Amino acid sequence: MLSTHTFGDPGKMKDYHYTGPAEHRFSPYAFNGGTVLAVAGEDFAIVASDTRLSEGYSIHSRDSPKCYKLTDTTVIGCSGFHGDCLTLTKIIDARLKMYKHSNNKTMTSGAIAAMLSTILYGRRFFPYYVYNIIGGLDEEGKGAVYSFDPVGSYQRDTYKAGGSASAMLQPLLDNQIGFKNMEGVQHVPLTKDKAVQLVKDVFISAAERDVYTGDALRICVVTKEGIDEQTVPLRKD
Amino acid sequence: MALSNILETPAAGFNFDNAARNASLEGRLEGGQTPKPLKTGTTIAGVVFKDGVVLGADTRATSGEVVADKMCAKIHYIAPNIYCCGAGTAADTEKTTDLLASNLAIFSLNSGRNPRVVMAVNILQDMLYRYHGQIGANLILGGADCTGNHLYSVGPYGSVNKVPYLTMGSGDLAALGILEDGFRPDLELEKAKELVRLAIHAGIMSDLGSGNNVDICVITKEGADYIRPYQESEYKDDRKMKYRYRPGTTPVLTEKIVPLKLEVVQETVQQMDTA
Repeated sequence: MLSTHTFGDPGKMKDYHYTGPAEHRFSPYAFNGGTVLAVAGEDFAIVASDTRLSEGYSIHSRDSPKCYKLTDTTVIGCSGFHGDCLTLTKIIDARLKMYKHSNNKTMTSGAIAAMLSTILYGRRFFPYYVYNIIGGLDEEGKGAVYSFDPVGSYQRDTYKAGGSASAMLQPLLDNQIGFKNMEGVQHVPLTKDKAVQLVKDVFISAAERDVYTGDALRICVVTKEGIDEQTVPLRKD
Repeated sequence: MALSNILETPAAGFNFDNAARNASLEGRLEGGQTPKPLKTGTTIAGVVFKDGVVLGADTRATSGEVVADKMCAKIHYIAPNIYCCGAGTAADTEKTTDLLASNLAIFSLNSGRNPRVVMAVNILQDMLYRYHGQIGANLILGGADCTGNHLYSVGPYGSVNKVPYLTMGSGDLAALGILEDGFRPDLELEKAKELVRLAIHAGIMSDLGSGNNVDICVITKEGADYIRPYQESEYKDDRKMKYRYRPGTTPVLTEKIVPLKLEVVQETVQQMDTA
């Protein structure tokens, strides 16, 4: 994340940039890149993320997936500041265990989404710098996607892209899954195989034009049989 | 008529006519809204070998975090025996090298001599220092002239380095590692090309601002060999589905046809000189 630059204050360390002296303050955030995508179908949900972890112009890791399995029917994708992603997923795991022990049942996707919203808003004045997307099956077995902003606002969607290449992916999904901006096209319901192929193609496109997206794609397909993971290679440059 | 600036001495001192205006514009547009100049976020390298100079560059141009051009040409022509790799702001490297090429061409015509690399370096250094770093051009100049084979780097503030091997751009450290390990004085042509290719490849893989293909330019006293691309990127976009749209997918809401009334008065055909 960009730290705030302030000018002036003699005595502070100055960093000379071609636009003039600039003072750097310590920033508690960093932007580690990465893109996450989730699609909900009739009886399945897909959560996909790239596996590149970067900072500035460097790569920290080529194998750091951003999808985390929460329960047998729910997967969360977190991108943004990696430190906050790790802490947030630890907190969610702990809360899931607590719920299981007190209520003797696993949390449903909708419940996890509601809980995450309160966890995020609890840090309203020093937010978790994480863009979350939850994908899973709801109580009726239908696919569900919940997308969040860093401070906890959320809604249920059919498909959502988050992270660094989200602005490139979202319009493509709007067109291919939501059939937006098209006329005279058959609204065919999305099958699991077509959805998986679409997700792969869309990430290949994102890796072409977004420098923070690449290396490999991890796809988690959630069905009532369980969670199936696949890894597909992407551009490494 | 545009005369070369080497025939008239440039204005003394710094020329900051636009700097104050730019700074106030930035403030007025509430920070972050000023158009971002296209930076090449690059890896460029040069190596002097036995018979000449090899220059190499990647081909990705970025605008912030988005790849703007996947096949951008970063090795610019200066003279038949001098080429220049540019990193930094794309417009600055383009225009600076074009201006340099024009000036050297005029010099060649005036004096009947081939331009020398050291002349190109002096003109660049002069101009960049005059602009006090406002022109964001990091350049690697290489060429073979009557005095030998030379490789220079010129920084945006006007600093010059004359060394046998160089890298610049955001991927310079990755590429420099390869050059430090593999460089020997008086390399053979094929080894030199391979070394530069490996250096640029290291920059492409390690640096997010560099990517796609590798361009190479070999300059010897016989002439220049600009190989573009020297190595194509091994990553092809193999999308499985076809994303075609039938005609009629975009609805036509209204249609207005304006006929142009033209009377043919006279028709002549002039052949274009395509020789």
